[in-house]
Amino acid sequence: MNYFYTIWILLIPLLVFIFTGLAGNRFKPRVSGWIGTAGLTVSFVLSILTAWKYFFADGITGGAYPTIVAAKTTWLNLTEFLRIDMGVMLDPISVMMLVVISTVSLMVHIYSLGYMEGERGFARFYSFLSLFTFSMLGLVVATNIFQMYIFWELVGVSSYLLIGFYYQRPSAVAASKKAFIVTRFADLGFLIGILLLSFYTRTFEFTELTNPQSPVFTGITSVSFMGLSVITWALLLIFMGGAGKSAMFPLHIWLPDAMEGPTPVSALIHAATMVVAGVYLVARMFPIYIAYSPNALTVIAWVGGFTSLFAAAIACTQFDIKRVLAYSTLSQIGYMMLALGVSGYEGELGLGYMASMFHLFTHAMFKALLFLCAGSVIHAVHSNYLNDMGGLRKYLPVTHITFLVACLSISGIPPFAGFFSKDEILVAAWEHNRILFAVEYLVAGLTAFYMFRIYFGIFWNKTPHYHHTPHESPVTMTLPLIFLALGSAFTGFIPFGNFVTADHKPFEPQLHLNIAIPSVLVALAGIITAYALYRKENTAVTRIVSSLGSFYKVVYNKFYIDEMYLFVTRRILFNLVSRPVAWFDRHIVDGTMNGIGRVITVSSEKIKTVQSGQLHHYALAFVSGAIILVLIILYKLS
Amino acid sequence: MISGIPITHFLIVSTLMFFTGIYGFLTRRNLITMLMSIELILNSVNINFVVFNRYLYPDQLQGHFFALFIIAIAAAEASVAIALIINIYRRFTSIDSDTVNEMKY
Repeated sequence: MNYFYTIWILLIPLLVFIFTGLAGNRFKPRVSGWIGTAGLTVSFVLSILTAWKYFFADGITGGAYPTIVAAKTTWLNLTEFLRIDMGVMLDPISVMMLVVISTVSLMVHIYSLGYMEGERGFARFYSFLSLFTFSMLGLVVATNIFQMYIFWELVGVSSYLLIGFYYQRPSAVAASKKAFIVTRFADLGFLIGILLLSFYTRTFEFTELTNPQSPVFTGITSVSFMGLSVITWALLLIFMGGAGKSAMFPLHIWLPDAMEGPTPVSALIHAATMVVAGVYLVARMFPIYIAYSPNALTVIAWVGGFTSLFAAAIACTQFDIKRVLAYSTLSQIGYMMLALGVSGYEGELGLGYMASMFHLFTHAMFKALLFLCAGSVIHAVHSNYLNDMGGLRKYLPVTHITFLVACLSISGIPPFAGFFSKDEILVAAWEHNRILFAVEYLVAGLTAFYMFRIYFGIFWNKTPHYHHTPHESPVTMTLPLIFLALGSAFTGFIPFGNFVTADHKPFEPQLHLNIAIPSVLVALAGIITAYALYRKENTAVTRIVSSLGSFYKVVYNKFYIDEMYLFVTRRILFNLVSRPVAWFDRHIVDGTMNGIGRVITVSSEKIKTVQSGQLHHYALAFVSGAIILVLIILYKLS
Repeated sequence: MISGIPITHFLIVSTLMFFTGIYGFLTRRNLITMLMSIELILNSVNINFVVFNRYLYPDQLQGHFFALFIIAIAAAEASVAIALIINIYRRFTSIDSDTVNEMKY
């Protein structure tokens, strides 16, 4: 039962970050890559070992998986009541996340050896990757909500650094700023939520905060504000932080732009790990949501459901393959949020929770794979745009097959992984809310359609004129593709309900044929439509687009959400708030300070001649001063 | 024994010395003369200390000791001042205080 070694899973990437960050430039760039990959291999092995030990060797005690605090130290001891710890906590979801993060991160490290070869800043890239991996691992094993918040911001900053990796490109700089500001804005809500919750419960610890029976909650339930109880406010604000990180509508605008970063980064951060941090946060706090604020869960379910539909619609219209994948990520995270929102707690009722975590797991595999394949394609044709691609199956056989596996998996075709997790989500939605269920059916069809749209667009369709013959990527890139393809194909057979459940008690998940068969049919319909439209060059596409008219235009322009944000910020906020504030700052605040400075300058200009350098002047001043003092004293005494 | 002399005589002498010193300090341009004026001021104070001690508290010694301290410190101060004056002379080839006027705004 000794898990103390798990701190090395975190510390190794941290040490690698410090080493390659400080000394990376002293060696050949390749060395940093190898150090990063080797370090992460150790973390990966330790994570797998931990998972094996936690789930199999030690396993269930007293009917449920235990929550283990493997290591803990006081980081800030501010007062007797306020102290912040750092530590490692292991429970089913954090152990699962350790495996997901270290697996995908290792694959991305290996892949980048080929993909980023010869790029400027190769060592910098690897040190940032290590920083990100460290922060993400620290986030999932946090023992208290404040530690989680600290690492939450750290993943935010590493995401910022990696999106802006090509800092010579203005669009990359703008995208990184946008990502940082939008998520930072959401994190403000998260912070207020933490403060509210901790103010009433007087604790940061997850062991207390995720136990609804804990006495710390006695005070909070009776307080209310604007018609909602304070705990609902706190949980909604915490969800706001999660929604920002997970790019839920309407805070999703940063994720498509984040595709300016290098493609392996998109695979690691903006598909598999960081963007699911919001889902993880809700899952972590889930016992409190279900016990004290089912309304907040309903909000989460609807936000998730709406985002999944909204993003899937946009994904059908985009031409930049990475953006299609980004919107697809939004859509799939919407699924996970929805599954959490419709979940119950005890045993079989917690199906949605299990399904959400299951989908998180399989999604990490196939979405990372999709991004890495897209990277391989971009590597071959030097373009992100669908119009510049086509007929690539002859040139990129490995990429072609692995991409197909990932597409089948995300579309929910059995026996690939996505089928199993999506089926569980649909069952959970069916039991809870039929409208959301119908939405998810539609989204399943749309998902299959847009994924196969880009699949056929890239690998079939007409072959454009390539300046030089595209060639398959080197083995460092294809190896991770094959590994992740195996993951996308077979992880669905993991009986997830035996491991990760809301109440830590295992149950046997069932396959629901009456829901699975129609969903597969919907997916097949999507695939067939895509086949008909995009298998060969086809005029039907343009006809359909023109018949949809302005609706297509609205969707193609992402429902003008970015423009709305710009309108609100530029026209309203800038004019009504920022400009008056700036005027006040420049004229009143700065004016006062400058005025004081000017008065001092002018008066000292006048006074300075007193300092003449003549000894006699000083002597005279000194003596007359002494005489005046004596006269004053005499006057006082008399 | 000085008992025949009233205290005012001593005080008149010391006051004369004091104001002679002040006058010399303000009017002379020669640094060494200014230093001598300061010595005059110090010594006038010494006389006051000793005389007041002798006349007001004849069985105590604080005033005497104070005077001794002042003499010792005046000696130290004179050596420092003369060292400064020598350096000023080397730098300006003059010990006229009007020539040493570079320390100003």
